[in-house]
Amino acid sequence: MSEREVLELLRENARYSTADIARMTDLEEDEVEAAIEELEATGVVRGYQAVVDWDKLEDERVRAEVELNVRLDRETGYDDISQRLARFPQVKALRLVSGDYDFDMEVEGDSIREVSQFISEKVAPVPEITQTVTHYVMTSYKENGIEFGDGEDDERLSFSP
Amino acid sequence: MTFELSDRVQTVPPSGIRRFFEIAEERDDVISLGVGEPDFATPWAARDAAITSLEQGKTSYTANRGRRDLREAIADYVADRFDLGYDPDEEIIVTAGASEAVDLAFRSFVDPGDTVAIAQPSYISYEPGVIFAGGEVLPVPTDEEDDFRLTVEGLEEAGADEADMLVLCYPNNPTGAIMPAEDLEPIAEFAREHDLTVLSDEIYAELTYDGEHTSIASFEGMRERTIVFNGFSKAHAMTGLRLGYALGPADAIAAMNKIHQYTMLSAPTTAQYAALEALDSCENDVREMVAQYDRRRQFVLSRFREIGMDVFEAKGAFYCFPEVPEGFTAEEFAEEVLREQGVAVVPGDVFGAGGDGHLRISYATGLEDLREALARIEAFVDDHA
Ligand SMILES: Cc1ncc(COP(=O)(O)O)c(C=O)c1O
Repeated sequence: MSEREVLELLRENARYSTADIARMTDLEEDEVEAAIEELEATGVVRGYQAVVDWDKLEDERVRAEVELNVRLDRETGYDDISQRLARFPQVKALRLVSGDYDFDMEVEGDSIREVSQFISEKVAPVPEITQTVTHYVMTSYKENGIEFGDGEDDERLSFSP
Repeated sequence: MTFELSDRVQTVPPSGIRRFFEIAEERDDVISLGVGEPDFATPWAARDAAITSLEQGKTSYTANRGRRDLREAIADYVADRFDLGYDPDEEIIVTAGASEAVDLAFRSFVDPGDTVAIAQPSYISYEPGVIFAGGEVLPVPTDEEDDFRLTVEGLEEAGADEADMLVLCYPNNPTGAIMPAEDLEPIAEFAREHDLTVLSDEIYAELTYDGEHTSIASFEGMRERTIVFNGFSKAHAMTGLRLGYALGPADAIAAMNKIHQYTMLSAPTTAQYAALEALDSCENDVREMVAQYDRRRQFVLSRFREIGMDVFEAKGAFYCFPEVPEGFTAEEFAEEVLREQGVAVVPGDVFGAGGDGHLRISYATGLEDLREALARIEAFVDDHA
């Protein structure tokens, strides 16, 4: 159960120090370390990344959500197609989903041109892919559970009963 | 012309934290641990219910005692959570915050000259409330050695056997102390033996981190002499919606309703819709908030220990109550740490007997801010060691 608690805290903020997590969970620091090691070793925790609000950065960053439809045959399954696509560094996320299309793919690049080219030259030609629909991200309001709104000032009085 | 103030109003001193306000206003980098209200917004479903009720134009008064469906929901909730059985028609009144309910109780049951024993340190509004009602306050100090729990010896020492009424607040603001069932039992016996009416403010009941909350009204023979207060401000993060309630025997609630119907008419209607939804569907939100408070509690307690300040193991509400290091009074510490480090805390003195030499630290603040505030307190303590 403590592993679960540690996991929740890491998801909240992967930069909490082991000491902080220990304080919050009432565990010893080495227990926290062991729990994190275990989570990493078993592949529950796959990595740690920053949650970025690209709109705040001068550099342009273009992101797109791409819907993919595929046709499977006897030799090719979803896993085969996913392997082909996932190895591209431009692909940041790839999920098989239920509904009107098969894969949900997140793509990132430095320009619209670059992202478009990637889709038309690398993705669309994959023989099993029958259709792609690209949605460019215009504004992001929330990523990984973190809201990007700026109105976060604490408007409470500095003292209250 | 000047107004001639009533003696009752004149007797009550201005709030002990006003001065700190002014200092806090002077700078813009203050992290406040002085706030006695959640830093979470009201759960979305409850806000949505309030909005929908407005869209539908539900903006008239409700029944004086509050909407019937809300009273039913409250009855179910307290039965389920705290094993308390109250009849929604006669034994529950919905008020504008627990504050109003507490005030109604003082005005309904206190006659001039009556003595109201208040277990202290405790929430700052009881004492003025008693004075406004014409009563006299008998402080019953609790101390750290007893984990800030009320004891029969404490009651006897203070002379509470002669009192007419006893006010309890557990989980406690400001100490974070709780009263487990085994500690409440002798208090209940004392109240029965000396025929005390008990006002039990249980607004922090959901915020109990070690074990379950027990209400004193659940003990044999206590229901008929107890008024229980609760509300939506704390656990449901609804302070600004102003909604609370009181539970008690029919005749007592009828008396409170008499004052309520002439002064308030009914509690805010929009808030009643929010509250109904809060009880209906926000249990998980409450659970998640409580889990967050608990993490912060452990964080803060452990940081105070590292800093070398003695701190009482708070088990309820969202406060902890560390001891001020030697060489300071609580007032001095609070003022200087605010001036030098921009951390706002409340000196324990303002909460009455037994609070001096302590600080009330609220952890109803995000972890990042708590971490920074505690680093600043640590720097302050190091500077003055
Ligand atoms: C013990 C206690 N009772 C009552 C209140 C006020 O509650 P409400 O917002 O329901 O009036 C507070 C607020 O700080 C409190 O700490």
